[in-house]
Amino acid sequence: MKHTNILRPLAVMLGLALSTAAQAGTYDITVDKIRIDTGTFKKKGIGYNGSQTPTILNFQEGEDVVIRVKNNLRESTSIHWHGLILPFQQDGVPGISFSGIKPGETFTYRFPIEQAGTYWFHSHSKFQEPDGAYGAIVIAPKGGEAVPTQRDYVVQLTDKHPHSGSRIFRNLKGSADYYNRAQRTVQDLIEDAGADGLKAALQNRKMWGAMRMMPTDIEDVQGFTPLINGESTSQNWTGIFKPGEKVRLRLINSSATTYFDVRVPGLKMTVVQADGNDVKPVRVDELRIAVAETYDVIVQPREAKAYSIIGESAGRTAMVRGTLAPSANMVGPFYKMRPKPLLTMADMGGMMSGMDHSGMDMSASDNSEIDMSGFDMSGMDHSGHDMSGMDMSGMDHSGHDMGGMEMSGMDMGGDLPVVPAEGAAGASFYAPGSGLIPTAASSGKFLGYEDLAARKPLYRDRPATREIEIRLTGNMERYIWSIDGVKYEDADPIRLKYGERVRFKFVNETMMAHPMHLHGMWTIIDTGKGAYDPVKHTVSVAPGTTLYTETEVDAPGQWAFHCHLSYHMAGGMFRKVIVEGGPA
Amino acid sequence: MGAYFKENKDMKKLLLGLAFGPLFALPFAPAALADVGVSPTVWGVRTDKLEYRFGDDEKSLAWELQAWVGNDELRLAFLSEGVKIEGGDFEEMDTQIRLQKPITDFFDGFVGVAASTPDGVPERYYGTLGVTGLAPQWFEVEAAIYVSEYSYIGAEVEYEGLLTNRLILTPSIELSVPLVDDPERGTAAWAPSVELGLRLGYDLIGRSVSPYIGVNYERDFGGTASISRNAGESVEELSGVIGINFNF
Repeated sequence: MKHTNILRPLAVMLGLALSTAAQAGTYDITVDKIRIDTGTFKKKGIGYNGSQTPTILNFQEGEDVVIRVKNNLRESTSIHWHGLILPFQQDGVPGISFSGIKPGETFTYRFPIEQAGTYWFHSHSKFQEPDGAYGAIVIAPKGGEAVPTQRDYVVQLTDKHPHSGSRIFRNLKGSADYYNRAQRTVQDLIEDAGADGLKAALQNRKMWGAMRMMPTDIEDVQGFTPLINGESTSQNWTGIFKPGEKVRLRLINSSATTYFDVRVPGLKMTVVQADGNDVKPVRVDELRIAVAETYDVIVQPREAKAYSIIGESAGRTAMVRGTLAPSANMVGPFYKMRPKPLLTMADMGGMMSGMDHSGMDMSASDNSEIDMSGFDMSGMDHSGHDMSGMDMSGMDHSGHDMGGMEMSGMDMGGDLPVVPAEGAAGASFYAPGSGLIPTAASSGKFLGYEDLAARKPLYRDRPATREIEIRLTGNMERYIWSIDGVKYEDADPIRLKYGERVRFKFVNETMMAHPMHLHGMWTIIDTGKGAYDPVKHTVSVAPGTTLYTETEVDAPGQWAFHCHLSYHMAGGMFRKVIVEGGPA
Repeated sequence: MGAYFKENKDMKKLLLGLAFGPLFALPFAPAALADVGVSPTVWGVRTDKLEYRFGDDEKSLAWELQAWVGNDELRLAFLSEGVKIEGGDFEEMDTQIRLQKPITDFFDGFVGVAASTPDGVPERYYGTLGVTGLAPQWFEVEAAIYVSEYSYIGAEVEYEGLLTNRLILTPSIELSVPLVDDPERGTAAWAPSVELGLRLGYDLIGRSVSPYIGVNYERDFGGTASISRNAGESVEELSGVIGINFNF
């Protein structure tokens, strides 16, 4: 979409360019109603530049960009430049940065590109992003890539659903398990009874039933067809390589709600960048990309054969295959989806504290005979009595018997296990014993946040000036999502002061992972590496955990801060952040 | 003339129910999505029963429909429930409008008005107050008191047994206990009427279209049963059912 700017040489000749050393590029984007064809279903949706293939904007670090966005929809739209550091008026969030782009209107964004890396852009209006309004941004660094490669591909994932975003939201509000087709059935009960004994299987059901929660509640929205660069498995997006070449894959997860586990079977992936910032290279077999995150990985296929890029949803309800091959029309092998994970009590830690015990008479459901041996309590480490600050005094675990599991006596509030926790590699950022902990298909290395270290520190390391607690809260059954128990519409903005360094304490009291995204400023995840802690724009907070991040408050104005799962954001897991002071 | 009158009367009853429909949507008319992050107003329409019943004595059409609109804090719901004998009367015809509000994590409280307007008996109107929600072990529960000079208590329990993720066996029990005698309607104080159901449904298109088969058993007890017996009517009725539920 980049114009060949014929005026530029002329301007240089006239000496006008002396006023600024920066290049300037003009880019045009149209926002269109399109037909989306996934190979399994066709539906109406939204696309940029009339296409279901995501538009890629190629910028140069140091460039001043002018982006003209023409709205061809019959409703307002907006584009948010996810991860870009820019003046807040250019950030594209209606009601916070600007008033949106009206039907028929062309809005011109202008901002300097002060960073390099892989980012993306998407509509921040209604449910346009799940309906297809997303694209990729690739910014070439001034001095060239730290790790040069011969090939460079964007691999943008999404979870295309046959229902529109607004319908999905409505259905979830009507019934939170509307799209959960991975619920435990009578058949599962029979299988579990065979494996663990009928008593244990029934008691397990009883335990979850008492809480009215589902261990299968991992993916809110199932029934989607995952796409790579707008193409499903059957449409088979293909990247070409010559054997021996290094191939950079810019993984972007533009899904509405789905985390993907990504691998290229047969090849190691060297992670060189996370959320646009270079990291010290880590060789892994597989990684989990949360919604809105990006990872750049380098692979080096040496054989002249088709390799597969596999994106498997974290809940194992859907999978997509793309291909890396020496020539077009080759198809990488397809792999069987791995078994579905189940949440454990460790993932429930936060729900316990947030639960309304008054409405729940556990004594009536006769827990005196519940045998906890039937399921995974490993996360609760009773042997060492190390409850990481949890007061479990109300619980009698003697003989693995929940003898009168008095929920009212359980004070689990506030102090969920802090991550990174001691534990196996790849598991540190989950509650110990969590059912969500991924393992590599190859049984090799699975990337975790603890593996990420900044290649070069972006900021001087200094102590935070203050701490702000962000409790991620919700009611699964009602599909209500909030922060500190308050939805966006009822909440006051979070006020930060320009120049301070804020430490955010995220406490996930729900049973779902939330990819939290702060606009305008970087999120430094505390992995214990000090100045080398990874710098990101989106951080996934696993259920039942406490995670710390720090942010240098260096961008004046007002910004959005929210869970990037589309339907959690729309439901109110969202805050406005106001940065007071600083340059006007 | 008689047939014409009959038809007209049926239509009146249907229209009475339908008239409530548009009314209840009014407070939520500006339902357009507001700003980013602001919970939009949502709605739903679904049937919990829409079936043909074939019993020994009679064949009938039965339905249970619910339409709602609202947000996390408040919902307005319209409910219609009825049984029409094939080629005959509306044996049951209940219409309800309620305002529903969360009172605990899993339960809503509701207040509303209800009309019971079947054929051949006097019409009854009630104020209603109740709770509805999800009890431990996944039982869907509703209990309400219907207040008028002929007050009664109504309760329902339903359970969705997942044979597979699409093949769902739903046992249900519905109980109605009059608190006072209503001789004109043939019910006696504290004598319950019970309806048991067992339905096997299959989610054909998402959760939008779910055909099912099953059985339905109704029985009167105590004084109510005596009144039926004295009138020469049976106190129980077992029917096979075949139906299809919609959820939009």
